Amino acid sequence: MSLLEMESVAGGYGQVQVLHGIDLAVEQGHVAVVLGANGAGKTTTLRAISGMIHVQGDIRFNGTSIVGRSPEAVSRMGIAHVPQGRGTFTDLSVDDNMRIGAINRKDGEVESDLATWYDLFPRLGDRRRQQAGSMSGGEQQMLALARAMMARPKLLLLDEPSLGLAPLVTRELFARLGELNREQGLSVLVVEQNASLALSIGHWAYVLETGRIAVQNEAVKLQDDEAVRKAYLGF
Amino acid sequence: MQLFVEQVINGIANGAIYGALALALVLIFRSTGVLNFAQGEMAMFSTFITWKLTTGGLPVWGAILISMGIAFIAGAAIERTLIRPFEGSNRSPLNVVIVSLGMFLAINSLAQLVFGTDPQRLPSPVPNRRLTILESSNGGINITYPTLMLIAVLIVECIALWWLLQRTKLGLKLRAVAADADSARLHGIKAGSMLMFGWALSAAIGALAGAMVASSRVGFDASLMQTIIVYAFAAAALGGFDSLWGAVLCGIFVGVANSLTVQYVNALDGIELVMPLALILIVLVVMPNGLFGKRTVERV
Repeated sequence: MSLLEMESVAGGYGQVQVLHGIDLAVEQGHVAVVLGANGAGKTTTLRAISGMIHVQGDIRFNGTSIVGRSPEAVSRMGIAHVPQGRGTFTDLSVDDNMRIGAINRKDGEVESDLATWYDLFPRLGDRRRQQAGSMSGGEQQMLALARAMMARPKLLLLDEPSLGLAPLVTRELFARLGELNREQGLSVLVVEQNASLALSIGHWAYVLETGRIAVQNEAVKLQDDEAVRKAYLGF
Repeated sequence: MQLFVEQVINGIANGAIYGALALALVLIFRSTGVLNFAQGEMAMFSTFITWKLTTGGLPVWGAILISMGIAFIAGAAIERTLIRPFEGSNRSPLNVVIVSLGMFLAINSLAQLVFGTDPQRLPSPVPNRRLTILESSNGGINITYPTLMLIAVLIVECIALWWLLQRTKLGLKLRAVAADADSARLHGIKAGSMLMFGWALSAAIGALAGAMVASSRVGFDASLMQTIIVYAFAAAALGGFDSLWGAVLCGIFVGVANSLTVQYVNALDGIELVMPLALILIVLVVMPNGLFGKRTVERV
């Protein structure tokens, strides 16, 4: 059984159908990558998982169907979603942002987790009292990642983390993500336009085209597949 | 000089009420982006409940606490039944404004229907004595106990709210929803419950403010809050609508400006009502974010 399974998921916004039957799975401890052009339905796929839109079909997390659940319920089951635009609480402090990540945790280790993440991302630690919206895009993306991790999620959904970031910052971000996956066994579903970087840390990859899975394969194989690269990924 | 100081102190006391009601307005505005025009009428209705409880023999402080509790529940119920169906990211925020205007009229009429149109008297929670400070040969400065009470209540209210918002998990959830409801939901925060709590809390604050005004007057009827809400809006606008402390300080500022206008400007009867509007105009032209509004620094 996979950690997350989507079975012929269809849906969209009002009258506009964006997803036309998505079948997708994320294995425990793997990084799954979803690639595709603008408007292919990448963001909508993540929104479907989080319960932010109405869908048909089935989505199972740890074997339990989560279709029809509210975003807050899905989040409490252990799925952390970093949305496009990073979801920063801009007029709250960095520290408050981090605590919001852990808001539903009942264990007593929130403080030690905070210290751990501030160690891992010293820039955030330096700015913990600062208004989160005043940080640079790269810092806010690091904050979004750390904030999501404060929930100790079983699955992390990341929506175009590289958007608007400098190449160097993007590389650092993916390096961190790869570390988290390797060292802590974090399962990730990441949606990206920056195909080569995402594939470098991915295990399995999907290419979305107009709301359908056009191609799927092991990430390494997809990267080496010149035909797919030319047709869908543009590099 | 002595008259001036007394007028300033009176102004602070009145301003404490404007500030308290402005707090309630800002609390709802921050979490929902909506101005609740019925805030004053909700407070007026609660005041009638407080009064009704005192006529049943309850001590006035007890009556105030109970009616704050009733207002808390009623505020939550109003959010659930009257506001939520008209709210949502795909609807115009004007919907809720219209609902709140409708509530303004409905609650006012309901109060007259239930409690009658005769003025009633709410006993003061503190003895109506006066304290003379800075005594000198020409008299000294007089402060009444009710005046001191108004200021003390506002201070306690501010500290309690600050503690709730800044020091508790519930407060952090409230602030998260106010800052970004969608993102808050993705973090497992029940945004709907928080909005309901915001309405409940501000209804309770309104009930307290209503009781404070009514008890400092000879009598009150259903028009109790109608001029006060104008000053409260002025205070909230001056404060920038998103700052709780701005609302309180600007409430006091409006109160002082008001009482000095009454004392020293004899131009026209009712000139003091022009003053808050003039203040709003000047501040909004010079500082569009209000005196305490956040200049949002956002980088992408």
